[in-house]
Amino acid sequence: MTADSALYIPPYKADDQDIVVELNARFGAQTFTLQPTRTGMPVLWVPRERLIEVLAFLRQVSKPYVMLYDLHGVDERLRTHRQGLPAADFSVFYHLMSLERNSDVMIKVALSERDLNLPTATSVWPNANWYEREVWDMFGINFEGHPHLIRMLMPPTWEGHPLRKDYPARATEFDPFSLTAAKQDLEQEALRFKPEDWGMKRGSEHEDYMFLNLGPNHPSAHGAFRIILQLDGEEIIDCVPEIGYHHRGAEKMGERQSWHSYIPYTDRVDYLGGVMNNLPYVLAVEKLAGIKVPDRVDFIRVMMAEFFRIQNHLLYLGTYIQDVGAMTPVFFTFTDRQRAYKVIEAITGFRMHPAWYRIGGVAHDLPRGWDKLVREFLDWMPKRLAEYEKAALKNSILRGRTIGVASYNTKEALEWGVTGAGLRATGLDFDLRKARPYSGYQHFEFEVPLAVNGDAYDRCMVKMGEMRESLRIIEQCLKHMPEGPYKADHPLTTPPPKERTLEHIETLITHFLQVSWGPVMPANESFQMIEATKGINSYYLTSDGSTMSYRTRIRTPSFPHLQQIPSVIRGSMVADLIAYLGSIDFVMADVDR
Amino acid sequence: MSWLTPELIDVIVQVLKAIVILLVVVVSGALLSFVERRLLGLWQDRYGPNRVGPFGMFQLGADMLKMFFKEDWTPPFADKPIFTLAPVVAMSSLLIAFAVVPVTPTWGVADLNIGLLFFFAMAGLTVYAVLFAGWSSNNKFALLGSLRASAQTVSYEVFLGLSLMGIVAQVGSFNMRDIVEYQQEHLWFIIPQFLGFATFFIAGVAVTHRHPFDQPEAEQELADGYHIEYAGMKWGMFFVGEYIGIVLISALLTTLFFGGWHGPFLDALPWLSFFWFALKTGFFIMLFILLRASIPRPRYDQVMAFSWKFCLPLTLINLLVTGALVLAAQ
Repeated sequence: MTADSALYIPPYKADDQDIVVELNARFGAQTFTLQPTRTGMPVLWVPRERLIEVLAFLRQVSKPYVMLYDLHGVDERLRTHRQGLPAADFSVFYHLMSLERNSDVMIKVALSERDLNLPTATSVWPNANWYEREVWDMFGINFEGHPHLIRMLMPPTWEGHPLRKDYPARATEFDPFSLTAAKQDLEQEALRFKPEDWGMKRGSEHEDYMFLNLGPNHPSAHGAFRIILQLDGEEIIDCVPEIGYHHRGAEKMGERQSWHSYIPYTDRVDYLGGVMNNLPYVLAVEKLAGIKVPDRVDFIRVMMAEFFRIQNHLLYLGTYIQDVGAMTPVFFTFTDRQRAYKVIEAITGFRMHPAWYRIGGVAHDLPRGWDKLVREFLDWMPKRLAEYEKAALKNSILRGRTIGVASYNTKEALEWGVTGAGLRATGLDFDLRKARPYSGYQHFEFEVPLAVNGDAYDRCMVKMGEMRESLRIIEQCLKHMPEGPYKADHPLTTPPPKERTLEHIETLITHFLQVSWGPVMPANESFQMIEATKGINSYYLTSDGSTMSYRTRIRTPSFPHLQQIPSVIRGSMVADLIAYLGSIDFVMADVDR
Repeated sequence: MSWLTPELIDVIVQVLKAIVILLVVVVSGALLSFVERRLLGLWQDRYGPNRVGPFGMFQLGADMLKMFFKEDWTPPFADKPIFTLAPVVAMSSLLIAFAVVPVTPTWGVADLNIGLLFFFAMAGLTVYAVLFAGWSSNNKFALLGSLRASAQTVSYEVFLGLSLMGIVAQVGSFNMRDIVEYQQEHLWFIIPQFLGFATFFIAGVAVTHRHPFDQPEAEQELADGYHIEYAGMKWGMFFVGEYIGIVLISALLTTLFFGGWHGPFLDALPWLSFFWFALKTGFFIMLFILLRASIPRPRYDQVMAFSWKFCLPLTLINLLVTGALVLAAQ
């Protein structure tokens, strides 16, 4: 699948039952337990013995499930609402995505506490590797046959599996932390890189390799990211990315925050995405609650999300150019960001992390005079973008540094779970805003920028195009902003419209309960993915009928993008790696959650 | 006072002049750190240092105070003698090379008849600073930086020398004063030796390890490259050494291609000679800073390829054509 044999992406099919029919035909209906959910896809429980067979079949079937979109686990032990589901202490889910069908399927496996073993899926999808390591890390589920099953996010010396329900979420539930000299030595030693552990050799017959530890503190690592390079001169023979330095347990926090009070945490997942992060979360919660928001809410949300897409891409552009050695443009893009923040601040009251979307609406209505501010920004931005393209992106040194560097094709991108600009730079026209419209994106006219070579330069050019399209979308929001309420008229809208609390005792009580205890979401599962700043970001929420989420799975785009690094960069130079890292657009908060 | 012969007075005056010139070079090198930051600020739509004194002019003093009072730390794993030697070489070699530059008709440290060769020798020494620093730091980033530096120097030394041979052929002397005076009678060399100018400028940037030839320190790749383990005054000497390099190359460009101290109204006002020299040198210094502000950094193998495949043939053509013309004129 290269650019010349581009895939046709059909319209999105929610709850696509075709694959259920195919699976039943192939394996027999008794193999599967169908779970009704609000995830927008069939969810099938499979016995452990048949798992790899089923996954391999889905990978091979006509119009195959080319992408292992997500893989994680759930601790089912405390879940009360699980009628009709196979008995399980733990479960592992495989979220698969087919582009030719434009639909998803979720396979789940039930596991008993006494036998937490599963066969690995790394032979079917290479990107299962990191996901399985994370499941081992978080739940202690063993994947037989996994090439290197060690902790993913927690340090190697960590004890316990944090996402288990019996693992405390509060620091106060632990003994006070202390660091003795002996413990410090132990921790230090655990950080030492041993090439043999990774199946690497320290040298070949005629030469010794150099192992260079790039990060976790390095100017081009874009955060606390460590990557260990095996070098022959300046050529990268192999490398091992190591993540987890920025892990804050965002998913665990979801299990102890009310549905409402979790919103600010989502802002900090992709910390450049601002309210864009709220969007998949509130959409998923609204699916659970069955809320349909007014048009005005959709438009406001889209407008602010696109503002943050521009914010993110501007920072990306500046740092990307800086990573290839030009120091000036980043100052200019920050000037532009300042301009955009002026608008964002006027509308939301905050800059980087507004946490401004609410379940069933947004926090406030647009302020008076917002249209003038937006118009100013729309007038300012296009000529700046033209200048960046002319002054920096057409520079022959920059082109020489990035064209043909770290390129991969569509097939490889899908295998590694790449989404967003990194995928579209290979020529595949897959943008969720078009392919699976959400939050009213179907009302807007815009193009999906594409490129063909899938190299560092193309990724940047796609992002440049996306900024222009975002401006178009914002302009349409400005022109066609519908009138109406900024919150849905629904009992689970949180917090309920304040005006009415002073008139209706019912609303007043609801307001009080939802703000103090939090709203109670019906027991079910829901899921929403969006085209976020860096790729596809999604929230997979499990409600057990309580004020808090039972399980919050955040699938972030940067995680698979980093996993892909070794396969792309082997054989290149150190300087190419830097250009590649700059072109991916990742932040470690988004990787480690 | 019989021992105070006119010869001795002459010697003392010459020594004083030499000290003044070298001091001015060091001070202007140090001042450049402020100038560069202000200029970058100007070109990058921001202020730069503007808090210490009027227009931030005392920033240099503040920086120097800070640097002097920092702990002079040598990493325990470093090779101490070489680690200490490296910044000394970095600062002194290019400073000494300045001795051959004639500032005005009457001012200049040394009037060597091998002036240009002396400069090449000193420029060749600078790579040792980087090599020593990279090797003795016992740090992988530093080592990679110094490897790059040696490869780059080998490539650029070759045509650094060759690019000026056209001038030498035309003038018939290595002496800088001769070269300046030759330009007074004939055209400035920027016109007949334009290719030489272009390649010498490129090689000059490479010799000073300035952007875009700052491969040895490439911040985005090697963090800080060869001087990653340095701190305090030792690091400061690398820093000042780099700026002295800029001043030196700019002064050489002025001397060799832009007629040195020549300029209008010299007959009426001879003191203008220093003004013209400083003005031209200042222009090239600005150019160095503008380069840093404006362009990205090529990959290190691209830098090599550019040197061997483009610059070297260009200098050779220049040399051959100049040689042929000189022969034909005779």
